[in-house]
Amino acid sequence: MRVLVIEDDKETAGFLLKSLKESGHNAELAGDGESGLAMAREGGFDILIVDRMLPLMDGLSIVKQLRAEGDRTPVLILSALGEVDDRVKGLRAGGDDYLTKPYAYTELLARIEALARRHAPEEQTTRYVVGDLVLDRLSHRVMRAGETITLQPREYRLLEYLMRHAGQVVTRTMLLENVWDYHFDPQTNVIDVHVSRLRGKIDKGFETPLLHTVRGAGYMIRDGDG
Amino acid sequence: MATVESPGGALSSGAFRIAVAALAVFVIAASAIVFVLFRQSEVALQTEVLASLTSDGAAIERAFDTGGNAAVRQVLSARAAGDSNRLYLIISPSGEKVAGNIDDVPSEITNKPSGGVFTYRRSGTDTSSARQAVALVVTLSDGARVLVGRDIEAEQAMLVRLRLLALIGMGVLAAAGLIGGYVLSRAVIGRLESVNRTARSIMAGDLSRRVPVSGQGDEIDAVALNLNLMLDRIAQLMNGLREVSDNIAHDLKTPLNRLRNRAEAALRDNGNAETYRAGLEHTIEEADELIKTFNALLLIARLEAGALEGNVEQVDLDQLVGDVAELYEPVAEEAGLTLSFSGTGGVLIEVNRHLVGQAVANLIDNAIKYGRASPSASETGSVRRSATHVAVGVRRVGSGAEVSVADDGAGIGAEDRARVLKRFVRLEQSRSRPGTGLGLSLVAAVARLHGGTVRLEDNDPGLRVVLSLPAQSAQAG
Repeated sequence: MRVLVIEDDKETAGFLLKSLKESGHNAELAGDGESGLAMAREGGFDILIVDRMLPLMDGLSIVKQLRAEGDRTPVLILSALGEVDDRVKGLRAGGDDYLTKPYAYTELLARIEALARRHAPEEQTTRYVVGDLVLDRLSHRVMRAGETITLQPREYRLLEYLMRHAGQVVTRTMLLENVWDYHFDPQTNVIDVHVSRLRGKIDKGFETPLLHTVRGAGYMIRDGDG
Repeated sequence: MATVESPGGALSSGAFRIAVAALAVFVIAASAIVFVLFRQSEVALQTEVLASLTSDGAAIERAFDTGGNAAVRQVLSARAAGDSNRLYLIISPSGEKVAGNIDDVPSEITNKPSGGVFTYRRSGTDTSSARQAVALVVTLSDGARVLVGRDIEAEQAMLVRLRLLALIGMGVLAAAGLIGGYVLSRAVIGRLESVNRTARSIMAGDLSRRVPVSGQGDEIDAVALNLNLMLDRIAQLMNGLREVSDNIAHDLKTPLNRLRNRAEAALRDNGNAETYRAGLEHTIEEADELIKTFNALLLIARLEAGALEGNVEQVDLDQLVGDVAELYEPVAEEAGLTLSFSGTGGVLIEVNRHLVGQAVANLIDNAIKYGRASPSASETGSVRRSATHVAVGVRRVGSGAEVSVADDGAGIGAEDRARVLKRFVRLEQSRSRPGTGLGLSLVAAVARLHGGTVRLEDNDPGLRVVLSLPAQSAQAG
């Protein structure tokens, strides 16, 4: 993907650009708000990573301006301000996701990939299929190799989210935010326990596991090697 | 630091200016009243005298008609006898004075048939002073004219004296008012100045000073009391801040140091890529823990500093708490505990959903983490009861609600219960467990922000933590 990073801290920007390139993305950098807006206006980016505090023009203003001009490119806002109301402000300005500094690069990568995917004109799918696992969104039924699997409502939503992002890394925080709608630190790794329960239901007794743990990042549902 | 000196003395004070203005209005109004009053009494006096003179005139006319001149003279002299204030004058039809105690008809009443006021000089004893009198002239049927009058100098003088007295009284009153206003404003300024003095010494750094309260229960006392309450709150916040920075110094430096040691050790090991990798992974883990602690600290600081900033929404507390309990249920099971939830069937309250969710999560997490037997307990040989069950409940209390999280573990001794709500306080038994020591203080901060409370109770056995929330989040202050 083509990624535009609008970030004024050289160290952070350098790290981001290098990491994004290593992950196979084509990243460009804008060092201040005005040049960032100008580059974003030229278009062609799949995602914008916008720091909230920037010289010349702040991040939220850039997003507001772009949205006012009808630009719908997905935006991930980066900020040191992480309270719930800051997040709300960020999303209200037109951001699609909000990540608080300091963050793990794996978290950022998982989020921008999820954002770009969400934006792809895919939606309205009524069935998710990964290997021999099928989730029917209309009847709320889950089947693996033709056998019906009974899931609790929350387990169903967990699986639905994982399958919507099949082949992508989904972090614990993303699950907590999107499946539970919690924006707080749950202290213990509660998500791990829920995922392992789900794994017990969908993978146990089958030869090929579908739900994988990605070390140091999160989880991914995929068929075999990808 | 900028301080504002009190301007000037009592004479330029606002209180004194108000007193003077009120006094001026009073004096002007009173003068007008006195003037009108005296004018009215003068007129009333003259009218009354004229009325009696009119009846005298009628009597003279009747006497002339029945007994002629002789009868008139008799009536007049009887009237004047022994009363020098009764004036009369008889003038013959040809115009000469026939009898009387004044010399001629004064010009002021010559053409006034209903009589009027005039000044005259009395013939006889002291001729020097002009006197005031009221008189009227009656024309008899033979053409002779009779003047009947009355000297009102004494009454007039009385009125003048009274007026003078009234004016003097007013002057005295005004002077007393001025002095009173001055003294009063001196008193007010004195007390305000003591407020200013206190404020200046507080700004100079002595936060323990308080505004003196006179105990009279007046407005200035109310201001002083409120200022003192405000100062208490500021001092409390300052202390909190100081405590936090002390704790940060201690509890953040320790893991930072650990992190540094680990990185150093990994470098020194000059081992293979695998050991470097392990060292780096540990470093990142330590950094993540630090970030968590830091986030929790910042959140608590923000909650304690202030307001909910409008982020409250109507929440079904049953559902909110039930969802968090559900989130932790598998965790509890994995830890060998059962977790149950009992609601009341819908309690709607206004709260910040995320904050209360976080608070409940912290409570359940604590119950699961610390309800269990401590691993170190078996080493030391002390018998510590291990929890088997965590009960989460929502209960309606009045218009608000209580969330309780109870375990049947070892509990916390009564002497430690207040202490564990503080930042970074971790009881010795729990030192070996992971955690920031901020969980309960965050719960306390959330409760306080919503105008609620947290209390720790004996669950006998175990610990019960009760988070009590009012129906509407009165902004804590």
